Amino acid sequence: MSVFPKGDFYTRHFQPSGKEETLVVNMGPQHPSTHGVLRIIVELDGEYILRCEPVLGYVHRMHEKMGENRSWVQYWPNTGRVDYLHALAWNWAYAGAVEKLAGIEVPERAEYIRVITCELNRVSSHLLWWGAYLLDLGAFTPIMYAFDDREEIMDMLQMPTGSRLTYCYYRFGGVSADLSDEFLKRLSRFIPYLRSRLPMYRDLVTENVILRKRVEDVGHIDEDMCRRYGCTGPVVRGAGVAYDVRKAEPYSVYDRFDFRIPTYPEADAFARYMVRMDEIEESLKIIEQAIATIPDGPYLSKSAPKPKWSAPKGEACFAVEGARGKITYYVASDGGRTPYRVKLRSPSYCNLSCFAEAAKGVILADAVSILGSLDLVIPEIDR
Amino acid sequence: MGVIKEFAEALKGLKSLIVGLGITGKEFAKPGVTVHYPRKVVADKDLVTYRGHIELVGSKNDPAMPPCITCLMCQSVCPSGCIKIIKHPPPKKDPAADKNAPPEAYASGLEPKTKAAPPAKEKPVKTPKGFILDYNYCSLCGLCVQSCPVDSLRFSTEFYIADPSKKAFVYDLMARLKAQAGTATAKEKE
Repeated sequence: MSVFPKGDFYTRHFQPSGKEETLVVNMGPQHPSTHGVLRIIVELDGEYILRCEPVLGYVHRMHEKMGENRSWVQYWPNTGRVDYLHALAWNWAYAGAVEKLAGIEVPERAEYIRVITCELNRVSSHLLWWGAYLLDLGAFTPIMYAFDDREEIMDMLQMPTGSRLTYCYYRFGGVSADLSDEFLKRLSRFIPYLRSRLPMYRDLVTENVILRKRVEDVGHIDEDMCRRYGCTGPVVRGAGVAYDVRKAEPYSVYDRFDFRIPTYPEADAFARYMVRMDEIEESLKIIEQAIATIPDGPYLSKSAPKPKWSAPKGEACFAVEGARGKITYYVASDGGRTPYRVKLRSPSYCNLSCFAEAAKGVILADAVSILGSLDLVIPEIDR
Repeated sequence: MGVIKEFAEALKGLKSLIVGLGITGKEFAKPGVTVHYPRKVVADKDLVTYRGHIELVGSKNDPAMPPCITCLMCQSVCPSGCIKIIKHPPPKKDPAADKNAPPEAYASGLEPKTKAAPPAKEKPVKTPKGFILDYNYCSLCGLCVQSCPVDSLRFSTEFYIADPSKKAFVYDLMARLKAQAGTATAKEKE
């Protein structure tokens, strides 16, 4: 017997099942289907999963603690790096929480700009998920189609924000740059174009018999399980619950737009797939309405805080709907230079936690399909 | 009936595969959309809004000097602490000049009875001596550019940068501005 115990903490606490015919396998932390560094310990009986346990924390960056040792304004770059695919939603959640705490007014044009850019970012996030999910399932080419369209979105978002992925665009009381006429023109050209591409996506992939066999009737996450684990976003809408923060507790100017919440009652991977594909259409609808009615005016409030500003005493909580579900920022202030506490509620964390139950008893290849259908972003889970 | 249903389903599946292949074939014939980097570069018009590392803006009168007033706002707001501004040292007091000036009389605020001229007020040098950016830690949030009271900072469109050493990303922005002003005047002369 060696002096050093076998395996690490997680494997030692996972292993004592005593069965001889089973095999414990580590899926990850470096595995293409985990999109980052997520590790899942799986106990296999042949091809079937007996039980599994996700191990988190490989990209933990202390976003909550970092909030406590830098000023309110200095925390901005962190917000774009929690979920790099839908960074603007996290920007918005932080902006909203601090604006609520300090009572900062946001000009109407800034609200519209936020809606347009956030929805555009949601479309790009869903497109990337679409490509990456099919990549997990073994189809390589679809991601090329998705990236072709996503490239156009990133080029457009680069115009006001200046960056292509980890945006740091919103500010307390507005946004950091106005939308140019060129941007709006290009966007209004892009919407019909992407709409015309959606039937192509359907013909290429959604109707494909191989995909259907891989995703239909796989990974049931029903309403009850969603409730127990706190799943939100496309996962809960795929279980037939029409819960969307944009409708449930409308923030900003979302109550002025006409859009539908797509739901599918099947609660399997295909339902979640279809929810996201429909959401792209709904987002385009919102953007179209927002472009048509965007008012003139300032894009940053005149009472917007200066760089050395600190929030008054108190606490506030603000929730927005991200591409993966409900994003919440909780901020507390004791009136000092830095926040007293910053708490992030990330949807991927809750969505992942139901994986262990959903993947029980399925074939290993289906587990990959379930993992992909949850649309996980690992940095968001670890924060 | 079961057999017919099976066949129908298989045919439907086969059709879906052929439709997908048709789309792939159409896309195959289309021209490529990627930029083949070393042979081609991104067009300048696509870089207008790109945020590269920050750089100093030349002032109207002297393009080699920034309008910076060394208020250190950018240095203190930077979340990563990657800006370092070196101020000019305060002017050294000349002991010979001190003897001639009647400091006490002026300090009291009363008009002195001597006919000697009042000491000339020395304007403090506000322009920075050095402006160092450590680009290794910059997250391009734009807070420095936004907080500058005299608009002395902007984003460059520099992105063809790669180097095996970290030291290569510590930029002296004053030297950069001077080099830019130099090339600008050289172009004008031509």
